[in-house]
Amino acid sequence: MITAAPAPFGQSSGPTVRRVNDPLHGDLLEVSMGPQHPSTHGVFRMDVTLDGEVIVKLKPVFGYLHRNHEKIAENTSYLSSMPYTDRLDYLCSMSTNWAYAMAVEKLSGQAVPDRAQYLRVILAELTRIVNHACLVGFLFNDLGTSFTPLLYAFREREKIIDLFEALSGSRMMCNYQRFGGCRVDPTPEWLAAASKLVDNFPRFLDEYETMLTGNEILLARTQGVGRLDPKHAVNAGITGPVLRACGVNYDLRKVDAYGFYPRFDFRVPLGEHGDTYDRYMMRILEMRESVKILQQAFKVLPAGPIMDPKAKLRGFRPKPGETYGRLEGPKGELGFYLLSDGTPNPYRYRVRPPSLINLTLLEEMCLGHTVADAVVILGSIDIVLGEVDR
Amino acid sequence: MLGSGIIKGLAVTAKNFVGSYFVPERMVTEQYPEDRPKLPENYRSFPLLVSETAEDPMGTLRCVACQICEKECPPQCIYIEKSKDKKPDATGKMQLYPVVFAIDTSVCMSCGLCAELCPFDSIKMDQVFEVAATNRFAGLLLNREQLAKSNAYYHSIRPVEAAEVDARLAADRQAAEAKAKAAAAAKAAAAAAKAAAPAAQPAPAPVAEAPKPPSPAA
Repeated sequence: MITAAPAPFGQSSGPTVRRVNDPLHGDLLEVSMGPQHPSTHGVFRMDVTLDGEVIVKLKPVFGYLHRNHEKIAENTSYLSSMPYTDRLDYLCSMSTNWAYAMAVEKLSGQAVPDRAQYLRVILAELTRIVNHACLVGFLFNDLGTSFTPLLYAFREREKIIDLFEALSGSRMMCNYQRFGGCRVDPTPEWLAAASKLVDNFPRFLDEYETMLTGNEILLARTQGVGRLDPKHAVNAGITGPVLRACGVNYDLRKVDAYGFYPRFDFRVPLGEHGDTYDRYMMRILEMRESVKILQQAFKVLPAGPIMDPKAKLRGFRPKPGETYGRLEGPKGELGFYLLSDGTPNPYRYRVRPPSLINLTLLEEMCLGHTVADAVVILGSIDIVLGEVDR
Repeated sequence: MLGSGIIKGLAVTAKNFVGSYFVPERMVTEQYPEDRPKLPENYRSFPLLVSETAEDPMGTLRCVACQICEKECPPQCIYIEKSKDKKPDATGKMQLYPVVFAIDTSVCMSCGLCAELCPFDSIKMDQVFEVAATNRFAGLLLNREQLAKSNAYYHSIRPVEAAEVDARLAADRQAAEAKAKAAAAAKAAAAAAKAAAPAAQPAPAPVAEAPKPPSPAA
C-alpha cells in the first residue's frame, strides 16, 4: 500500500513522477479512463492515479452529456417536460415518467383512477426488470465475458421493450404517464401477452443463475470487491440496490408506500457484505420480487377509466407552491422537486438522480483495488449518464 | 468441485446454441431488410398531416392553423404560418388553413404530443422509420406538401384509431349540419311568424314584408 500523501492532482498533463518512501517503489501513473471508454457506460470519465495496477486515487468526472434538462423544463409547460424525462434514465423511462407525474399530481392535488395506479405499478416493475436485466448483462460484460450474458439478458429485455412499444408507441422513449392517469389503455391481448411473459420470466432467471451465479470466475472477481460500509452509504445518501446490498433496509416502496404498493405482498431483499457480489445478487432477487408483484397486479387489475376526467393536459397551471415527489426507481430514490408560481411553467425544477448520488462513493469503493476491479465496481453501481449529467 | 459452476454455465450455453437452430422461441434474430418487422399500431415515428383526399391534399388539409402543436412541441420543431382567408374545414365550418406548415425532423424527437393535443385530428404520427436523406438541412425539413398524407393512408397504418377519428368527425359534421338546419328552421319560423303577424292585423302597412331567405352560413 502507498504510504506517501497523494500528489497534487492535475498539475501536469503527463504522468506524475514523485518520490515515495520506498526506494524500490516505482512512480505513480495518472490515467484518464474515459470519456470514450467502453466500460464506463457512456461518456463518464475516471481520472485514476495508479500505483502499479492498484488505484490510489480516483476522481469521477462527468458532465459530458449535460443537456440543460432542468433549465429547459423551467422554460416549457409542465406537459412538455414529460418527453424530456424519458431521456433522463433512458433505460427506464416508465418509472421516470411516473416520478415526474407523481410530483406534478402532488403539486396540483390531482387524483388518479385505480386502473391507472395498477398500470403504473405494472409498468414500473416491468421497467425494473428491464433495468436489472440490462445491468446484470453489462456487469458481466465488464467482467470480460464478451457478450454472451449480455445477449441473454437483452433477449429477455427485448420482449418487454416490445410490449412497451405496442403500448406506448416507442421502445424506450415511452412518454406514457400523464398527470392524472396514463395515456393509452392496454388491450386485453396486451395484458395477456404481458402476463404470459411475466409467468415465463422466472425460467429465464433460473437459466441465467445456472449459467452465471455459481461461476467461479464471477465469485473470485466480485466477492469482497468494492465493499461499502452501511454507515458510509447512509451518510452519502446512497439509495436503491446499492444501499440495500449493504444491509440497510430502506425501500421507498415500503417506506413511502406510494401508489398502490401497500396492496401488494412482496419482500425487500437485503445484502450483508455490501460488495459487488451482493449488489449483483440484489438485482437478481429484486427481479424475482418484481415478478411476484406483477403476477399479483395482473390478477387484480380492475376495469375502468385510465385518466381522471378532471385532468387537464393543456393550459395546466398548478397553484403556487412547492412539492417533492419521489419513488423507488430501479437505481434508487428518483425525485422531482417542483416550485410553482402559478404560471404554466415551473419556476424551479430539480431532479434528484439516483445514479449521480450513488456515484459519489466510487472512490471509497475503488481504493486499493485494481483497474479491472474499478470497472466491475462501476458496473455494479448501475449508472446511466443521461441521468447523471441531465 | 472447482470449475463445476463454469461447466454448468457451459451446458446452458450449449443448450441455447443447439436450440437456436431448432426451438422457435430461441430463434430471436430478425433478418431485417428481408423480413420486415410487423409494427404495432401504436408505433410512432414522425408527424404527418391528414388530408381528406389524396387527389387534392393541399385543399383538404384538416389543419386549421390553430398553432397548439407549435406552442406545445417540446423541442419547438414546428413552424406554422396562418392564411389570410378562410375555407370550410372537415365539419363545414369556415376556418383558417396553414400557408406554411414545416416540421424539422432533425429536431423532432417523436414524442407524439402534437398528435395527442391536436383538437382537429389533423396531425398524426406516421410509422415510417427509414428516413435517411442526402441533405441534412433541406432533406429533413419537411413542408406541408411532404407532410400531407391522405386519410386512406392514415387508415392503412392505424385502422382502429382512424376509424374512431372518422366516426367522431362524422358525428361532429352531423351535429353541425343538424344545428345549421335547426338554426335555419328557427329563423324561417321566426320570419314566417313575423310575416304572419302583420297579415293578421287589419293591415296598417299595405306592403307585406317578404320573408328573408335563410342564409346558408347560418
